[in-house]
Amino acid sequence: MAKYNSHILVCGGTGCRASQGEEIVENLTRAIEENGIENEVQVVRTGCFGFCEKGPVVKIIPDNTFYVHVSPDDASEIIAEHLVKGRKVNRLLFVDPETQQAVSESKDMGFYKKQLRIALRNCGFINPENIEEYIARDGYAALGKALTSMTPEEVIKEIMDSGLRGRGGGGFPTGLKWDLTRKVESDVKYVVCNADEGDPGAFMDRSILEGDPHSVLEAMAINGYCTGASNGLIYIRAEYPLAIQRLKIAIDQARESGLLGKDIFGTGFDFDVEMRYGAGAFVCGEETSLIHSMEGLRGEPTVKPPFPSEKGYKGKPTNVNNVETYANIPVILLKGSEWFSRIGSEKSKGTKVFALAGKVNNVGLIEVPMGTTLREVIFDIGGGIKDGKKFKAVQTGGPSGGCLTEKHLDIPIDYDNLLQCGSMMGSGGMIVMDEDDCMVSMAKFYLDFTVEESCGKCAPCRIGNKRLYEMLDKITKGNGTEEDLARLRNLSNVIKDTSLCGLGQTSPNPVLSTMENFPEEYLAHVKDGKCPAGQCRSLMEYVIDEDKCVGCTLCSRVCPVDAISGDKKMPHVIDVSVCIKCGACMEKCKFGAISVQ
Amino acid sequence: MTKVKSLDDLRKMRDDLQSKVNLREKSDHPEKMVQIKVSMATCGIASGAKETMNFLIEELDAQAIDTVVTQTGCMGYCYAEPTIEVTLPGEKPVVFGHVDLKKAAEIVEKYIKNGELVDGIIPVNYETVDEKNNE
Repeated sequence: MAKYNSHILVCGGTGCRASQGEEIVENLTRAIEENGIENEVQVVRTGCFGFCEKGPVVKIIPDNTFYVHVSPDDASEIIAEHLVKGRKVNRLLFVDPETQQAVSESKDMGFYKKQLRIALRNCGFINPENIEEYIARDGYAALGKALTSMTPEEVIKEIMDSGLRGRGGGGFPTGLKWDLTRKVESDVKYVVCNADEGDPGAFMDRSILEGDPHSVLEAMAINGYCTGASNGLIYIRAEYPLAIQRLKIAIDQARESGLLGKDIFGTGFDFDVEMRYGAGAFVCGEETSLIHSMEGLRGEPTVKPPFPSEKGYKGKPTNVNNVETYANIPVILLKGSEWFSRIGSEKSKGTKVFALAGKVNNVGLIEVPMGTTLREVIFDIGGGIKDGKKFKAVQTGGPSGGCLTEKHLDIPIDYDNLLQCGSMMGSGGMIVMDEDDCMVSMAKFYLDFTVEESCGKCAPCRIGNKRLYEMLDKITKGNGTEEDLARLRNLSNVIKDTSLCGLGQTSPNPVLSTMENFPEEYLAHVKDGKCPAGQCRSLMEYVIDEDKCVGCTLCSRVCPVDAISGDKKMPHVIDVSVCIKCGACMEKCKFGAISVQ
Repeated sequence: MTKVKSLDDLRKMRDDLQSKVNLREKSDHPEKMVQIKVSMATCGIASGAKETMNFLIEELDAQAIDTVVTQTGCMGYCYAEPTIEVTLPGEKPVVFGHVDLKKAAEIVEKYIKNGELVDGIIPVNYETVDEKNNE
């Protein structure tokens, strides 16, 4: 049996594979055989290294040498020099852009490690159903430290100094929020965890609760200590059964260990947590709606002020924070605000978790320091666009956010920069779109969602969004006019200005930002009756190329509405007035004779 | 479960638990003790992580390979679910993606039994905050 002492890892990520990764593997294997070391060296394909710009990349272990921009021709040199003679191939090493020095080990490449996991520190590492593993990772030590050696004011000051801002999307300073609740006098106060994650395509909070539920419980108890609350409530949507189950297990274990309940750490501090289930309404992510829903009322927002910090759950002062915000708290207390505030950008400290989805190769859950650029997230960590297509836009902030385009790729991501670009941080959903996505349809998709999710309490949101949707629908069906575009913009602004809560105040953002960034696409729909991305069905026309059609009759047999006619061995024709544009004929045609125009 | 009554209790518990983990790693027969973590968040389970985990437990048991198989949360590699992390004694952890039953069997046969890597390794592309606090 061969016992390998060296391994050559070749990146098998989509990007690298497209740039000759397979050929590199073949050549390496051949060179290994030629040198007679096939029993010592093994070539292995891996997933994406997140280094796609420098691809194809090859890593040699055990010495962890990293080669970049490797071509199939380099294979024999790598084997002959590095693996046979033990000399590194210097010309293939990564050159640090700042020092101009060749770096051989990946751990020395600042460029390489773009992700820093703070909120996700235990996700994928510990068993979430075992409190012992959390304690072994310093779990509940922050609570212990706060209760035994810090006053509530000192803890709040630490959080304020850290610069932590609400991760649910708004970006309100967390320490300030805690301080506001602390200052209100009341016999009973509440601490709430907002786990009503509702953006389409977002799953950051679910992953934290499923992977590290104790970090949230610990932070809620710290919050309770600071604000003077002894009751914690987690508002979670019933669609997250696994997160609910793991939270329940975590709460039981924490109670058994005396880390929730009466007299925690023998300090006389009492705190316990209960769960409240939501039915999955998007508006219940808004804190006043969330509180009403917990009270058993309709999930509708109310005007602020009064803020929940003064009058919240059952009329008592209530502090609502998001799951990811909580997950940051224990680390800040253990490592200090000074450490935390060194990470991130000037006004946005720490890291942010994003759910990277859409037309990107490495769909996944990522955590990057604030100030990382979209380009790094999409092209390095995300491994670029699927099927080698062209990047078009990325939607951040879900239905409340806007789209960002090519020109925004190098802007550092933080709360303020995203707002300035007409989008927002939101809770962290990031949906990548390529050249085949129609921006008008995208805006329509989000409006459809908003219309469905509007609670109906205020007129601008209830009626206005419906009208916006109808106008967009008209445009995608080819019936829009240029006046509609002006009306669209006007109504969007009115809805933004006059809606009661965050849902309506932000729902026109997808419309406004796509109109701003892709005006030509809207014009193409209304003026030329064309959808440049070829996505709007009503604007498409299927045509058969007479020269390519051999008259095999396959298309006419598959057409569900008999729109295709023609004699055998003669070119066929599609009757556009009957065609429903299902695309079945194009799929069936073996000669590529049918196309969309 | 023991009650934590003071911060000292917690610290003692933490140290005990940490040394328990170390003990496991430095047990009498380190050449046989393998640790496997299976990423079991909703997305992982939906793509078959439960089947993979059950298979690993049964297979390693049947072959009498001394292994601890545990579940963990999302590792973040949604594009490559189910994912598992295998730590051979004295080795660095290795993450494998797209681990269906066939792949799991291959990993047992090649990597766990012979230390031979198989295709589909996922390079860990993040740093985790160092938990050691400055008490």
